[in-house]
Formats: sequence, C-alpha cells, structure tokens
Amino acid sequence: MKNRKLLPLLLALLAAYAGVWAMMSTGVINDYSFAVIVTICINIILATSLNLVTGFTGQFSLGHAGFMSIGAYTCAIITKSNPTLPGFFLGVFAGAALAALVGILVGLPTLRLRGDYLAIATLGMSEIIRVIFLNLKITNGAAGLSFLPQFVDWNYLFFFTAATILLLRNFINSSPGRACISVREDEIAAESMGVNTTKYKVAAFSMGAFFAGVAGALYASYFYFIKPDLFNFNKSIDILVIVVLGGMGSLSGSVISAILLQLITAWLASFPEIRMVLYAAMLVAIMLFRPQGLLGSTEVGDLFARRFGRLGTRKSEREV
Amino acid sequence: MPILKVKSLSKSFGGLSAVSAVNLELEAGELVGLIGPNGAGKTTIFNLLTGVYRPTQGEILLDRGKGPVSLVGKKPYTICAEGVARTFQNIRLFRALSVLDNVRIAMHQNVKYGIPGGLFHLGSYKKEEEALEQHAMELLSMLGLAEKSGELAANLSYGEQRHLEIARALATNPSLLLLDEPAAGMNPAETAQLTSFIAQIRRDFGLTILLIEHDMSLVMAICERIYVLDYGTVIAAGTPQEIKNNKRVIEAYLGEDMGNA
Repeated sequence: MKNRKLLPLLLALLAAYAGVWAMMSTGVINDYSFAVIVTICINIILATSLNLVTGFTGQFSLGHAGFMSIGAYTCAIITKSNPTLPGFFLGVFAGAALAALVGILVGLPTLRLRGDYLAIATLGMSEIIRVIFLNLKITNGAAGLSFLPQFVDWNYLFFFTAATILLLRNFINSSPGRACISVREDEIAAESMGVNTTKYKVAAFSMGAFFAGVAGALYASYFYFIKPDLFNFNKSIDILVIVVLGGMGSLSGSVISAILLQLITAWLASFPEIRMVLYAAMLVAIMLFRPQGLLGSTEVGDLFARRFGRLGTRKSEREV
Repeated sequence: MPILKVKSLSKSFGGLSAVSAVNLELEAGELVGLIGPNGAGKTTIFNLLTGVYRPTQGEILLDRGKGPVSLVGKKPYTICAEGVARTFQNIRLFRALSVLDNVRIAMHQNVKYGIPGGLFHLGSYKKEEEALEQHAMELLSMLGLAEKSGELAANLSYGEQRHLEIARALATNPSLLLLDEPAAGMNPAETAQLTSFIAQIRRDFGLTILLIEHDMSLVMAICERIYVLDYGTVIAAGTPQEIKNNKRVIEAYLGEDMGNA
C-alpha cells in the first residue's frame, strides 16, 4: 500500500465532474441517462464502502442493503417533514450516523464470527432491518414512502461520491487502515503485533455502514420512492458482485466495476427477453478469465506507476 | 530481578494436559533456550505467554523495571504493548503486503493519530507517517531487507521471510523477544549466519530472548541457559554443558535404552 499521489485522482474526479456537467448542459444526457448516472454513483458509494469491509478488512458481509435502507428511510422521513436543503443534509448525515451506530451494535457481537458464519449473521441482520421497516407505521409498511422531495442533483451527487472515494482512499493509506488490512491477512499475527483486531473490524464495519447510509439517503432523495423490498437480500448480492468483479481490496476496481456493470445493464435494456441471461453469462466469463476481479488488489494508480517503472520491483498482483 | 517470571503455568485442552506446572525465570538481557521433543508443549508456552491461549492455572509476571505486571488474561495486543514480541514457527507474515507494510503494521500501536486522522489526513498524519517510514526503513536496513522494502512478503525467499518475521517483531519495540524455531528449514550456513544475527540484535536492541529451537548447533552456541521440556513439564534446566550431559534429557530425546545400546 505505497502512499499514492493524490493529484491524478483529483484530476480524474474533476474531469468526471466537468464531463458530466458539459454533457448535461449540451443535452447529451437526458433524464433517463441521468438516472443511470445517479445509480452508478450510488453503486460506487455502496461498493467502495463494502470493499472496505470485505475486500480490505476481510469480513464477509451480506448485509450492506440493510445499512443502505437505514440511511434511505431516515433521510426520507426527515425530508418529508422538513423539505428544505438543510433538511436534506441533516437527513443524509443522520441516516449515515444511524447506520454507523447500528453497524457498531451489530458488529460487536457478530464480528467474532468468521467467513460463512459472519455472512449468515449479517444476512440475518439485514433481513431483521427490512422486516422492521415493513412493520413500522412511520415507514408505511410494504407500500413504502412515496412523493419524497427530490434534492439530489449532479453537484450533490458528485460531492458525496467523491468524498466517499477520497475518504476511503485516505483511510486505507493510513496506519488504522493498514491495521484493518492486517486483520484480513492474518488475524493472529495482527493481534500479536499489537493490533486490536476487534476494534478495527468494528470500525471498518461501521464506517462501511456509514457510507451505505449515505448511499441510501441519496437514493431516497433522487428516486422519490422507497419500499422495504428495494433493500432485500438481492440488493446486498448486487453490491457484492460489484466488489468481487472489480477486485477485493481495490477501490478503483470497485469504481470501474460499478460504472461498467451499470452501463452493461443499461445497454442490455434493449434486449429485455435475454437480458438476465446475458448479464449472468458475462459475470461467469469475467470470473473465469479474471478470478481475482478486474483489478485484483491493485489500484489504477499502481498500474500506471508500474508501467513507468517508478516503483521498480514492486509486484502488486496477488499470487493465488 | 527477573524480567519474566512464570509460576506453575498449566494449560489443558479438555482432558489433555499440554503444559503442566512449568516454572521459568528470565533475567533481563539473558538469552535462554527452550528445547524438547516434538509435542512437548514449547509453542503452547509461547501461546500462553503472548495471550493466544489463556492459562488454566499459574501466573506470568513481566517486569520491565517498573514493577511486575501480570500477563494472565490479557489480550495479545495488550501483551505486545507491554513489550513482548514473538515470531511464529509456521511463518505468519502479511503475505499480500509489502515488506515495508509488514513492518509499519507492527509499529501501528505507537501511532498517535486515530481513525479521524486517517480519514482526513489531518493533524500529525504527515509527520507521523514520514517518521514511521523512516523508522521502518532503518530497521529493514539493519536486517538487510531495505532493498526489498517494496517487494511483497510472499515473494521473499524462505530465509528472508524468517528475517522479516524477526524485523516485524522488533518493530513492536519489545523488551522480551520470543523466537519460535527461527532456524527451521535453514541450511548449516544460514543457521550459522542466523546465530550471529540473533546475538547481534540482542546487543543492539538490549533484548531478553527466549528461543525455541531444534537445531542444537544454534542452541548450544548462543544460549546461556536452557530449559528442557518433555510432555509439558520442565525436566531439566541449566547451562548448555549441564544439559548436554543430563541423563533425563538424553532419555527424552533418544529413549531409555540408548544408554545401554
């Protein structure tokens, strides 16, 4: 995890911002394609934050949709009663904070489990959250909440997506971030080298939940309408697919894979009959040829650096 | 005043008693060997000392000159912070990470900035990261691994991985270093080099070392005292000369009839 230069990332983000902005003002992007961009950004936030938990800290979680729904419902309820811009920001941060809090409460007991056991426990947790929303009065049960005020435009969307990427990138390039990665590599060795593994597992889990909450809040304030079924087990799997496809332990991999999968989905919309078959076949093919994901555990910046030989002998590809 | 005092330490797994009533004492600055046949309970003692296992009975007292501290019931990371570091018999490096990161992770406990500092790269982040990298590189150059700092741990040769395990343990800034079979799998030339290396780090870092080893050339060359373990109990303790001629030790290693053969 060589400390990467910040400038290329900032330039790439700026280019993405300006590019979408220019296409919107010239009318290349219509309402439909903007919805695709919103989905991409929300998926980027979801996938990078799940990658922190699963790819970097090595804790297999199937409950990300649960945290997303907490953010979505919190933001929806707050903006419904207070449909102003401060209300929107309050909704996003309250939703994220609540998701992070639930992350801590759920993480403390469940993160003692490993691998498949943890996956089942987190899956159960997210189903419990869904059933709670299904039965509460304030969330309007199975019908969900509709006619939510819409606040998300490209500026806010970009702000939250870029902030997520930058913060997560900062974190994994810091000492607490390396402590999380050491848990994935060898928990016993990490603990013997002075890393409080429980602390960093719970921290990563609740940080992942925080950003999932942000993503949920953005979803609620763009798509007008949320219901518990949107945040079921399938949603968690969708996010996991993005992470695995992009590469466990690669933030840029998650970003690229979130963009790629959404573009493929949008493109496949023109073949409705065989859409899911093609999508599944593509996933199988990518996994056959790149079992470690598109980027493995490397970042795009490393690939450039290696190409120009600045890191010399560094071999970042994980040998399996 | 001993730096480590172990009193009637016992550990049983179900009905199996792996270690029973073991007493050890290490004076500050000593280099002590812990030997014994396979399955004698040597690594179990290391796991008890470092908190991986909780003792069934007994007391472990560590004294770094500020009065004795009990290590029983403490978590491994707390024991590490108390100044006990270890290497592993079956190498447990962070394989997919660089050599530098392996060492930097071991220095994590002394990093002052927390998770917010890590997220925002504010406050002392930059200064501490620079100091951390410099300190880690100094340590790696002392161990002859500086050139490999960017290499993945998994891509190092076997001997280099053993050295990196020691480097990582030293990075936690220990007073007491526990080495679990550092020469396992090494050829005689490598073992000889390792022998002088261990003597050197003891001097340079002012360490007390407890060492598990099967290679007698190493044990006899550098250990000042030796404890011999068999079936979970200490059967002999003394200088290398005394141990070499101890009848019970010879029996434990070679069987009873060998003396008459």
